[in-house]
Amino acid sequence: MEERSRALITVRDLRKSFDDEEVLAGVSIEISEGDLVSVIGPSGCGKSTFLRCLNGLEILDSGTITIDGVTISRGSPEEKPSRAFMEATHELRKEVGIVFQGFNLFPHKTVLENVMLAPVVVQGARPERAEAEALHLLGKVGLEGYAHRYPVTLSGGQAQRAAIARALAMSPKVMLYDEPTSALDPELVGEVLQVMKDLDGEGMTQVIVTHEMRFAREASDYVVFMDRGEIVEVADGDEMFTAPRNERTRDFLRHLVGVLP
Amino acid sequence: MRRLVTALTLLLFLALPSSALTASPGILAWGGDTEGGAPYMFQDPRDLERLIGYEVEIVEALAEKMGLKPRFVQNGWDNLIPGLERHLYDVSIDGLEITPEHQDVVDFSMPYYVTHLQIGVRRDNFDIGSLEDCRGRIVGTLKQSYSQYVLETVGDVDIRTYEDEVNAYSDLVNGRLEATLFDAPIALYYGGPMREIKFVGPEIGRIEYGIAVRKGEEELLRTVNRALTELRDSGELRSILERWNLWNSLTARALQDYGPARTEPVMYTRWVADLQPELTWQDRINRYLSFLPTLGRAALTTMKVSLASMTLAIALGLILALLRVFGPKPLSTLSMLYVEIIRGTPVLIQLFFIFYGLPNVGIRLDPFTAGALGLGLNYAAYEAEIYRAGLLSVPKGQMEAALGLGMTRNQALHHVVVPQAVRLVLPPVTNDFISLLKDSSLVSVITLVDLTKAYGQLATTYYDYFGTGLVVAAIYLLLGLPFVRLARWTEAKMALALGLPGKGKKRPSGLDLRLF
Repeated sequence: MEERSRALITVRDLRKSFDDEEVLAGVSIEISEGDLVSVIGPSGCGKSTFLRCLNGLEILDSGTITIDGVTISRGSPEEKPSRAFMEATHELRKEVGIVFQGFNLFPHKTVLENVMLAPVVVQGARPERAEAEALHLLGKVGLEGYAHRYPVTLSGGQAQRAAIARALAMSPKVMLYDEPTSALDPELVGEVLQVMKDLDGEGMTQVIVTHEMRFAREASDYVVFMDRGEIVEVADGDEMFTAPRNERTRDFLRHLVGVLP
Repeated sequence: MRRLVTALTLLLFLALPSSALTASPGILAWGGDTEGGAPYMFQDPRDLERLIGYEVEIVEALAEKMGLKPRFVQNGWDNLIPGLERHLYDVSIDGLEITPEHQDVVDFSMPYYVTHLQIGVRRDNFDIGSLEDCRGRIVGTLKQSYSQYVLETVGDVDIRTYEDEVNAYSDLVNGRLEATLFDAPIALYYGGPMREIKFVGPEIGRIEYGIAVRKGEEELLRTVNRALTELRDSGELRSILERWNLWNSLTARALQDYGPARTEPVMYTRWVADLQPELTWQDRINRYLSFLPTLGRAALTTMKVSLASMTLAIALGLILALLRVFGPKPLSTLSMLYVEIIRGTPVLIQLFFIFYGLPNVGIRLDPFTAGALGLGLNYAAYEAEIYRAGLLSVPKGQMEAALGLGMTRNQALHHVVVPQAVRLVLPPVTNDFISLLKDSSLVSVITLVDLTKAYGQLATTYYDYFGTGLVVAAIYLLLGLPFVRLARWTEAKMALALGLPGKGKKRPSGLDLRLF
């Protein structure tokens, strides 16, 4: 934590409600370039919504998010999102890759086409270049032989790795993962986590909402514990899991079998 | 898809200027309905390419006197007068009765033929001998005709109306009717040759046939009357009527011609002779083979109208569905209104409105364009609902994933959501084409001769609804067959591509979107 370089992501007083229920009650955090951050917490604590706000899939009610110099900011839920706001959201999404629990691969396209699509459509890349890059990325996530397969023919682990390759194809500054291994059979979880570890080794900034406590503890630079729409505690993995300072953190971890001694 | 829509719009605009239907010099365009049958006008049973009938002969003689070349324009009998107002032709002649109602909308020439109504009963019936005897009886007649009006004034008659006389007379023979009331020429040609039927009672009413001309075209009307007078004076008119065995005392009085008959009723004799022979199977097959050019042309019209309207429906339906699901509120509402209004009104009315109504505001479409447009706009509403179900069944995560990759909403729709929805709806859309193929028979009301119209024409010509019906049904089946196969194929293919169950015999359960 001490060797923090510049803050790549800055979030200030982020609030979000669905109907009358406040899901994010003022979240502030700074995440530095190259960090691998795990976000944990009980279900309904707002961790997924927090992640989805980071790339504008949910539009924040109020607060400020800055990622690599692009800022989206809103004073109150009554303030109608301006054109500039929507454009900034769109810019933000180009900087941020997201991976979903359910993969969300495009079923009508092959794995290769899934990875190539956004560079060609969004960045206007030449198809030959995009293809070469896509094949390179597929190699990196261990899917060399699967380029021309359709998503339905893949295992869960393969599909999630393809989804990661698809997000990487846009050369994002940040990768977000929304419970990336929750839909996988236990024996397939490792191959996906390994890809994230590899990316960490290359200096990618990653935010992972996860239930994989072992991974959170061992691989993360630090762990964020959220509860009831707030960040309750930020600590490095060992500290969080062996000596949590906050009562709510202890309470949560106590219920997870085999995590606390 | 966008390219298709552009091409289509262009096509529609190109079609507009060509629709100017104006009178051509040197030509007498006349409207009639070949399905009206003998003796008015019908396809010659000995040569289906030829139109014959006493009205045809009168028009030809008339045009010659006027120094014009006659050109026939087909239109349904019910629409002959609207078609005249719409400038589809200069005059209409097809047993049009000179009645006050008709005279409100068009002008008539002097009568060229006067006739009456005739009661027909089964030979073994001795109860019915007059109009009054029809009280409490089941009597068949032609829909919306003078005879229907006469029966209504009698009161307490169980009136059954028919689209055509052939079915009425066969119902009389097989006992569904106790009597029939028809214009005497029809009775003579359709009831007369039947051994089981006899005519009873006095001449009923007085029917004058005249040539209809648009109101205000006095010059044309004068020329027509002058030519008719010449035909009467030269005896040509009488000769034509006698050839068809139609000369009667009413007409003699009207035309002031009391001389003895001069011409043999050759055309009537020929009609009866063509009806009588017991056909061998070989004859029958040869006859049906001789239908093929007529039916082939009609099938082509059916196919062309269906394909054009389906192309329009598929493109417009997608646009409507996209606006409904993803468009801004006002457009979404408009799209919904379009679908509800179009689905809530009969396609027949829509076709009439486009063909006969729009000319009132200066938009004149030729029959093909009007037919394709009418059916296309109608089916677009149904396709839109299928697409909408398709769009809604693409999981939300697909849009999110596309947006998450930095695509705009439109890019996401174009590359991710719409392609999946289209694949999903292909089978139901193909199925719809098969029903469109059959609905296309409605275009006969706007003068197109499609398969169903050709069926009516041939059946009245040969008095054969059964055999002709089988032949036409077989052609519809053949036309639809490729699309049935296509629907099956797309279904299997899509199930495979989208990872849905049911590659083989089992129907993919998730694909029956018509239930939505």
